[in-house]
Amino acid sequence: MAEIIQEEKAGGKKKAKKHAPHIDMTPMVDLMCLLITFFMLTTAFSKSKIMEIILPERQKDNAPAPRISASRTLNIVLGSDNKIYTYPGTVKPEDYNNLPPLQETDFSATGIRQILLERNRTLAKKISDFNDLVLTGKLVISQDSVLGALRQLKKVDDTGPIVLIKAYKKANYGNVVDILDEMNICGIALYMLVDITWYEEKMVETASGASPGTATSTN
Amino acid sequence: MPKIKLPTKSPHIDMTPMVDLFSVVLTFLMLTATMRQTEPAPVDTPYSISEKPTPDFNTMTLLLSPDDRVFLNFDNGPDTLLKYRPKILALMGGRYSIEFTDAEKRQFEKYPSSMGVPILKMKEFLAAKDAKDKAAFQTGIPIDSTDNQLALWILFTRQVNPNVQACIKGDSKTGYPIVKKVLDILQDYKVSRFNLITSLEAARINVTEIQQ
Repeated sequence: MAEIIQEEKAGGKKKAKKHAPHIDMTPMVDLMCLLITFFMLTTAFSKSKIMEIILPERQKDNAPAPRISASRTLNIVLGSDNKIYTYPGTVKPEDYNNLPPLQETDFSATGIRQILLERNRTLAKKISDFNDLVLTGKLVISQDSVLGALRQLKKVDDTGPIVLIKAYKKANYGNVVDILDEMNICGIALYMLVDITWYEEKMVETASGASPGTATSTN
Repeated sequence: MPKIKLPTKSPHIDMTPMVDLFSVVLTFLMLTATMRQTEPAPVDTPYSISEKPTPDFNTMTLLLSPDDRVFLNFDNGPDTLLKYRPKILALMGGRYSIEFTDAEKRQFEKYPSSMGVPILKMKEFLAAKDAKDKAAFQTGIPIDSTDNQLALWILFTRQVNPNVQACIKGDSKTGYPIVKKVLDILQDYKVSRFNLITSLEAARINVTEIQQ
């Protein structure tokens, strides 16, 4: 009797050894799924970028405005409904009754970018040639030097346009950022964000009131 | 006819590789996680080609929502011991003769997102427990010339932290007049360097077009 019991015990022990210790992992997997989902939804993967802009310092009231050549000046007025109006040069006080017409364009690659690239051809060519040299590996310099070289290219340029950006009161913030971005894309050396004048407001109002065809016919 | 006997096995899948994979993904996400900030107003930033990342500290972010509210956020500085936020709040309270308790300052220090509360409502705002109650106070910082609290916030922020950089985070639909007003206020306080917060977008120019 005693022998048989012993045998049974021995058999039972053997059986227990055969079974691999199996843990049920389902709850763990459930929890992990939950955590992964939580982290994926709350993580900001792409950090937002910044675009630097420096506004000109406030002029003292008696200080004369800086003089710039009218032939290089290009005025960009941001209108309502994502429209852009441009006109070259300046408006002289004697022309206030006979305001020059505005050219209407848009934010597409064939719109304002075309105009800017055409006027900024020499500098844009230099910049793209330089970027090609860096990208193809013919010129090996550090990232900081690339930026410095580009800045130098822009500094010595004296043929590109001087762009004055003005925003009509119905323009929105997106337009302002877009046009500043366009300056960076086209490699414009000199651009500034300035206040809109009363006659430019008037010009925009007539241009947006009149049919677009008449506004674009000249220039 | 004898039936074909299928081997009766319990359908048990080995989940070990799956668990392994999940652990790796989870660890990765936990280590790289930078929490997305919840803003008091939904803002869709415009796109640009700029590739500069936003700085982590020494920033004051002006949030301009499409409904013309202005919010402000500033950080505690590169070291949390600097405690810039409570200092700025104390200065601001001093100007309006409001005494903030230590508990209120601590709460303001830890408040994670932008705030757009008029200073006179700040105590009630900090006392509010619920996020919904808090949101009701977010009416935007007053920027009228009669009660220009935004200008004071900017002034005190720059006094406490001279290295602060101004960032502007606006919605594409925000009207230009409010942007202009905020830029004017910043320029009045001799801030003429801004960072506009944008999302990245690639742009290509046709080189042959230029060469023509």
